Amino acid sequence: MLQQVIFILMAIFTLGMALGTVTARNLFHAALFLVGTFAGVAVLYVLLEAEFLAVSQVVVYIGAIATLIIFAIMLSRSMMGKEAGAMNKQWLFAAGGSALLFIVLAMLLSKVPFATQVAPVPPDTIEQIGSSFVGVYVIPFEVASVLLLVALIGAIMLARERHG
Amino acid sequence: MAIPLSWYLIVAAALFCIGFYGVLARRNAVAILMGVELMLNAVNINFLAFWRYVRPEEPLGQVFAIFVLAVAAAEAAVGLALIISIYRTRKTINIDNIDLLRG
Repeated sequence: MLQQVIFILMAIFTLGMALGTVTARNLFHAALFLVGTFAGVAVLYVLLEAEFLAVSQVVVYIGAIATLIIFAIMLSRSMMGKEAGAMNKQWLFAAGGSALLFIVLAMLLSKVPFATQVAPVPPDTIEQIGSSFVGVYVIPFEVASVLLLVALIGAIMLARERHG
Repeated sequence: MAIPLSWYLIVAAALFCIGFYGVLARRNAVAILMGVELMLNAVNINFLAFWRYVRPEEPLGQVFAIFVLAVAAAEAAVGLALIISIYRTRKTINIDNIDLLRG
């Protein structure tokens, strides 16, 4: 019962913050709403008993990605909220399309029976994740690390100031 | 369990649709990137919900979510670098004005 109340409160908080992110006229406010959304999603992870992912969410999304986005806003701030509006000409179609997509998804998801089970989470989940990264999923893990390295070098090359 | 699986899936669907709207409707390139991040978060909620309710004994769902996290970080870094580079050369990051490839 308590869990359900917390879930509903956090769902409302997260979705409200997400709506603020996509509708705020000031880009900086949108970034702050985005941080709120990430925090709400982290709480949902805790409710799902995925503590490792909850901590990673806070460290990676709030600590790194949100900071990066705020830096990008500050480096390109000349047009913050000053131009004709935050939305483009097709925003009405976009709103209708995404509302329609949500209605269809919600109707589908509430009807489809999933083969759920009520097994408890094993206490060594984090250990399992760690050993599967050096065992079964070692090649995807290495590819992901190469991808991160390439993305870092690419980002530096792209954002570098060119002279002459 | 106290919370049905479909609740998580519906919240994730709503988050995905909000992000989708942000990607389609915003004019600022950074705001579009924020919409993409919202969509990736919705996908991660789905991965973890299915991990918890269908196969909690295997960490497959969590492993997938961690890969999504890593790819999202790479995407944000490259995307924001591109935006800064475009801002330097064109002095705008309004998507409506960045139409060099229009035929």
